[in-house]
Amino acid sequence: MSIFKRMSTIFKAKANSALDKAEDPRETLDYSYQKQLELLQKVRRGVADVATSRKRVELQASQLQSQSAKLQEQAQKALSMGREDLAREALTRKSGLQGQIDDLTTQHAQLQGEEEKLTLASQRLQAKVESFRTRKETIKATYTAAEAQTRINEAFSGISEEMSDVGLAVQRAEDRTQQMQARAGAIDELLASGALDDATGTNKDNITLELERMSSGSDVENELAAMKAQLSGGSSTPKELSGEAQQSAPQTAQQPAAEPARPQDGDVR
Amino acid sequence: MIVRIMGEGQWRLADEKLDALNAVDGDLEKAVSSGDETTYQAAFAALLDFVRSGEKVPDDELHDSDAILPPSDSSLAEMRELISGDGLIAG
Repeated sequence: MSIFKRMSTIFKAKANSALDKAEDPRETLDYSYQKQLELLQKVRRGVADVATSRKRVELQASQLQSQSAKLQEQAQKALSMGREDLAREALTRKSGLQGQIDDLTTQHAQLQGEEEKLTLASQRLQAKVESFRTRKETIKATYTAAEAQTRINEAFSGISEEMSDVGLAVQRAEDRTQQMQARAGAIDELLASGALDDATGTNKDNITLELERMSSGSDVENELAAMKAQLSGGSSTPKELSGEAQQSAPQTAQQPAAEPARPQDGDVR
Repeated sequence: MIVRIMGEGQWRLADEKLDALNAVDGDLEKAVSSGDETTYQAAFAALLDFVRSGEKVPDDELHDSDAILPPSDSSLAEMRELISGDGLIAG
């Protein structure tokens, strides 16, 4: 038997067994309609669940992205300071994070796919349920035992097939979302516990510390340089002072020539 | 005939397409028994595309399908499980 036929046999067997349960056709119409509405709600909840998971993955990805960007900055800073070893370290951490980001990107695409599929399934089911409701009302209104059974069976088989289809789609989406949630949960825990911070953070700390030490070191150097510059460039003022001192010394020796020193003395004060 | 692809909806295939359908189906069966995932994916995709080339049944129409295919992302293992499950006995 071909794949095609075997597949169909399986699902048909299931649909028929659902149909066999129908005893009083008119009562089961309402009962089935109720079930359809329940399933419709379930699909919509499924869409919402998948959307929640998708948003969670988005959030995680953006957290990892910003950590990755930080490492990139650090690498650039380290390199600009001539510390290739530190830059390499930061880039190594960054490539480690990239693996997780890629994984999240894949998950995100999958979740988006599930979300779209479930949304479409929900729209299809909604349309079918609406048709079923119309048909159900017609059947009930024009009910004659003889023809009712066939028409009810027709309506049932059409909708029950859709229902098992949608039911399976929801099931699959739930299974996948659960798998991803387990992984997402692990990343959340890592982020919360700071272990991931540690993984990046410890190293980042090392890098940050080193960079800070270097930049604070260079700050010191800068300040020193500025001070030296003040001392030598700014020595124009001290020079005057020392000049005055030199002048004041001879002034004491040559008191009659002290006239021009007076305003200078005033300036110094 | 009306064919359902699980998770996607139903398509109506003209009767004269049945021979072509059987050919694509035969390829799939060979691929499944070959056990090669890539060959299987290609053959399954070909079958699905063939079905999708039919006329889409509107969402608000209630019809029983003449044939039902599993979701497009079914793996070879899943397909095997479906075929070797209780379905075979039921068939």
